[in-house]
Formats: sequence, structure tokens, C-alpha cells
Amino acid sequence: MSLLHSCEGCPVAALPVHGGAPRLVALVGPPNSGKSTLFNRLTGLRQKVANFPGVTVEQRRGRARLEGDHREVVLIDLPGVYSLTPRSEDERVTRDVLAGEMAGTPKPDAVLLILDSTNLNRHLVLAAPVLALGLPTLVVLNMADELANRGGAVDPEALATRLGVPVALVSASRGEGLEMVREFLSGAVGLPPSLDLPVLADIPKCRQWAVAIGDKAGYSQPAPPVWTRRLDAVFLHPVAGPLIFLVVVVAVFQTIFSAARPLMDAVDHAVSASGSWLSGVLPASALKSLLIEGVWGGVGSVVVFLPQILLLFLFIGLLEDSGYLARAALIADRTMRKAGLQGKSFLPLLSAYACAVPAVLAARTIENKRDRIATILIAPFMTCSARLPVYTLIIAAFLPERPLLGPLLGTRAAAMLGLYLLGFLAAFGTARLLKSSILKSDGAPFLLEMPPYRRPTLRQIGLRMYDRAKIFLRRAGTVILGVAVVLWILAHLPLSGGKMPEIASSVAGTIGRLIEPFVRPLGFDWRIGIGIVMSLAAREVIVGTLGTLYGMDPKAGSEGLQAALRHDLTPGGAVALLVFFAFAMQCLSTVAVVRRETGGWRWPAIQFAYMGLLAYSGAFVANRLVTLFLG
Amino acid sequence: MAKMRLSLKTGVARFRPPVSLDDLAPGESGLLARIDLPEADATRLMELGFLPGASIVAARSAPGGDPRVFRVDGTEFALRRDTARRLLVEVAREGAV
Repeated sequence: MSLLHSCEGCPVAALPVHGGAPRLVALVGPPNSGKSTLFNRLTGLRQKVANFPGVTVEQRRGRARLEGDHREVVLIDLPGVYSLTPRSEDERVTRDVLAGEMAGTPKPDAVLLILDSTNLNRHLVLAAPVLALGLPTLVVLNMADELANRGGAVDPEALATRLGVPVALVSASRGEGLEMVREFLSGAVGLPPSLDLPVLADIPKCRQWAVAIGDKAGYSQPAPPVWTRRLDAVFLHPVAGPLIFLVVVVAVFQTIFSAARPLMDAVDHAVSASGSWLSGVLPASALKSLLIEGVWGGVGSVVVFLPQILLLFLFIGLLEDSGYLARAALIADRTMRKAGLQGKSFLPLLSAYACAVPAVLAARTIENKRDRIATILIAPFMTCSARLPVYTLIIAAFLPERPLLGPLLGTRAAAMLGLYLLGFLAAFGTARLLKSSILKSDGAPFLLEMPPYRRPTLRQIGLRMYDRAKIFLRRAGTVILGVAVVLWILAHLPLSGGKMPEIASSVAGTIGRLIEPFVRPLGFDWRIGIGIVMSLAAREVIVGTLGTLYGMDPKAGSEGLQAALRHDLTPGGAVALLVFFAFAMQCLSTVAVVRRETGGWRWPAIQFAYMGLLAYSGAFVANRLVTLFLG
Repeated sequence: MAKMRLSLKTGVARFRPPVSLDDLAPGESGLLARIDLPEADATRLMELGFLPGASIVAARSAPGGDPRVFRVDGTEFALRRDTARRLLVEVAREGAV
């Protein structure tokens, strides 16, 4: 007896098996249908994330292993859509993949259509265009547990008869009812449907069709989610709502800065300890120096951010899966609108205070393409943690600590806050500029679905953290590795008499002297010039570079780095350096991720040039002003 | 609901002239009459259930009063007020709901 609720008398055939290649099954469904949860359930860790060629739409593929015959099926998780009318990029990609017209993706052999059973009247509308494709389809009615809890009901067998395709009632988050899905995947399926479908362009007709089919399948809508209404009374309360929102923001901040700190220190320690162990084991050679200083140091500078990024994604996962994120976006919308953005930009921009890389990844939740690009473009202005070592060094060297507001606020903390504000203002101004020019809104209304509150599952959040950490390490790690090796070569060549040169006479030193005339107006000498070149890879690299530079300088060798900087840098130059670091996009990891997320070099190139120009002119003005005041 | 449908058929006079969604006080509801937006945007809203004749309830709003949340067919969507003003609804006279 088959577990599938097939229509009676429906011809049942095996899925076509072609020459050894695993079959491809596409997951289609509206947003918030639990499509990705089902995908994660079926594939676990056997998944890959990439972008479809030339577009910014994420392509998620995974292998589902089927019990019994050990066959594998490749699942492809398509973006959430309400229809297949190609208006947005998501809809076009979904339609193209299903029609077999997407380059690099063969036409799927079958479709899993995932619908939220608690919203069947609305979600069933998508069945019309999907069934019209004529592919073998299994309709998966998700959230069966919630439907039952809230007193709703549906008869999957009756629905299967009406639709002419098998129907499974499942709860993807609890893993219930999945044996039916696996059975479908392993081959027993109804043949493509031949039923009377409504005219797809006529939305009211499609809706009537969906409601009529649902009626005949004994669908009764569940009662309103009582707990969601109760929680919204608190979370959207005129007074309590914004307060809770602030508490959440502060908690995220606190976690990514304070709680992540010991973990980051531990990773840092592990990296340097293993580096010095390695350096003790290896014989002294140029290769050793490359390995320790270049590779180990370079990769270590990225890995150190991993705990912070994992914690950040833990928070994002909790916020998103619980349903609070939609409320936070609702509360933030009014403020974000002042910058020409929208509520959904809030989370990426908050993430950017830790690191711009996860922020750019988090911008995926913004469906509106212009808003997403604008958010990606301004995210690197937010004060990320890689700027902090630079800020701390310069402020400590040039600003004596004095109380400003009693014990609450000292001069140094105030300077730090000022730099945070500077980055925020640059982001705000740039957003206004972009949204009133090249990224002017296309007038599409802001639309935000408010899903019911749900209990987040560890499995779902864990998978996402794993997934995002992988992207971060791969994208950031490979770029940093390459750049670290190149920079090491620049700093250690040319060889003179078989020995490596001091950094001042190396290629990097030559570049530093070469660019000195350009950085002179900002109040920088050639050393800072080298530091800026080296910190193109990652901002905090300048601290180490300056240490190396001054370590080699006999005049300043005995002094601490701070004293050396005080000696070489005027106060004007120091302020200019802070301003430069606040504005410049000295982070090739971010450049790489922006290229990936925007589908080309155009946006990262514009972003890099714009931020560089702003940094240069900002530093120039800062140097002049400070020199004018103090001189 | 059945009563509403009946009154729609029997006497339009029992309805006030169309007002916008934004004019609904929280808890009030109306039947969607018209969407005054470009076709693509109207289609998007219709896909979400904002169909002519659908009953729409004004739910909570963001703490500042904008955007506002509307419930249609059991699901809640947030719309900015300037969008809500472009959706016209027919509201039954007091007592009719």
C-alpha cells in the first residue's frame, strides 16, 4: 500500500531515469511556505549554495539520499514566489528553471510544490501555473501540525483527486510525514496532470479556482493564531514595542562585541600559538617566512572574526525563524525610510557593525532589487570590528584620556563614538544620494508579510550558521590568502645578494615612496602609505605593517608604536588617518562578496571608487582643518 | 460574512462611498473595491489576496502608526500608509458588520 495519497485510477509510473545522472527535482513554493526547512530536512549538510549565472538569485542545491536502493536525487531549492509570471528576478529564475531554459541547469524531472496548509486558499493559487507545466508534481502541504493545532483540516486524498497529482501532508519543521515525500522522490509518481486549469493571467479566477478546489478537499481554514495576536499586542505596542526593539538591538551589539571577545581572543591565540610552533619546527627560509607571515597571518586575520560572525548568524537565525524579524523591520521602516531605504535594510545594516561580509549576505532578504543594492553599497560604511584596532591605536597615541562627563564618558570613548557616528552619517548620506539618483525607487510598494510567531528549531539555525560560515571562510579566506601572499612577496622582494630586503627597500617600500606625493596632502608619509596599501586586504593589517615598519627603523625601533606614530604623524595627519579608515573600502573580502551578490564587477567597482574618493577628500579636509586650528 | 454578501446584493445604499484602507480604524473592516496602483503593483497585491471583493481588516500598526498592518484571508501584511491610501474599500454602515 502506497503511503502517497494518489488519485484513484491515476496512472502511476516511475520517474524517468537517464543515463546514470541523478534526477533533478525542483522545490517550488511561496515565501514563508517552509520550503527551505523541507529542503534542509531532506538534504542535511549535503548542500551547495551558488548564484545562478548573471543574476543575484541564490541557487541552493543538495543531495537527498533515499533509503533502500541508495539512490540519490539532486534537489534544487528555487526562490520563494507567489506566481510564475516573470516580473521579478526571482520569478523569472523560477520560471526559467522549471521550463528548462536556465543555462547550466537541466530541466527538472519532477517538482515538489510546497504550500502552507494554514494559508491554503492563498497558496493553492500557485498550483495552477506549476501544474500547467506538466511536470510530475507532488503537492506538499506543510505546517500540518499548526493546521491541526489551530483547528483547521484538509483531506489530502480528496485534494489529490481534484488536482490529479499526489498530495502529502507534512510538518517539515518536525520531520513528520516526510516518508511520503521520500517515496515520491524514489520514483513512484502520478503522470503529469491533465485537468482544467484556470486562465493563469486572471488572478481572481485563479483564486476562485483555488478556493473551490480547497472546498471540495474539505479544507477548513484554521482559527487565527491566538498567540501571535497576543505577542503582537506586546511587540507592536506603541511604548513597549520600540523599547523591546532597542533591547534586541543592544543585545545583538553586546553579543557581537563583548560575548564574542573571549572567543575571538582564543582563536587569535590559537592562530599565533600554532604559527610560532610551526615557525619553531620549520627550518629558516624564505618559504617559512611566506608561510608564517603571509599565509598564517593572513588567514588568521580572517578566522579571528569567525566566532563573531557565527554569533551574529545565531541571532539572525533566531530573529528570522521566530518571526520577530518581520516586526523589527516594521518598526524600523519609518526610520530607514528617512534614508530612502526600507524596514528590511535594518538587519543587514545592524550586522555590518560586526562585519560587512555577513551584512551583504543578510541583504538577500530584501526582495526589492534597488533597495538591496543600496543597502549593500552603504553597509561597509558602518563601523565594522576590523576598524577598531586601527581606531584604538591612533586614539590612544594622540588623545590623552580625560573625563568628559564624569566617569561615564572619557575623551577616548567620545572619539570612538564620534567615529561610529561619522560612519553612520556617511552611510545615511550615501543612501539618500543613491536613492535619489541611480537607485531611485521604482515605486514598488513596501510589502511585508507578517508570519505567525514560531519556535525556532536548533537544526534549522545550526544549518544556516554552518552554511554562512562556509561562505564567509571560502570567500573571505581565499581572497585574503591570495592577497596575503601577494603582499608578502611585495614586502620581501627584490632579493639583494640572496637576502631578503628590509621593507623600506622592498617593492612595497618603493610603492610607498611612489605614492608618497599622493598621500602627503593628507598628512601621511611613505610608511602610512605602505600601511594603506597593505591594509587593502583587511583594515587591521595596517597595525601589523606599521609595527614591522617601525621595528626596522633604527630611530624609532626602541619606542613603542604609539610613540613612533606621535613622532611621525601630525595631529592633522592622525585625524585624517581616522577619517580615511572610516570611509575607505579597505576590505577585499567585502569587494569579493559584493561582486558575488550583485552578479558582476560593476557595483563593487563603483563602491570601491566612491568610498576611496570620499576617504581621500575627507582625509584631506580633516588634515587641513585640524592643522588650521592647531597650527 | 454571509450577511455581508447579502447586503452587498440587496442594497448598495447601505454602504458608504468608498474610503481608503488607511481610513479604516484598527479593528474595522471593508470590502476591497479598487486598487489605484500601477498594474504590476496591483497584480502583486492581488496575488497576496488583495482581490476585489475581499474582506480586509485593519490590524495593529507599527508603533509610530506607519506602516499599518492589514489582515486579508487570515494573513497579515504591512503596507505603508501612502500605499494603503491607494486601496479603496466599501465599509458597511455601523451595525451592519
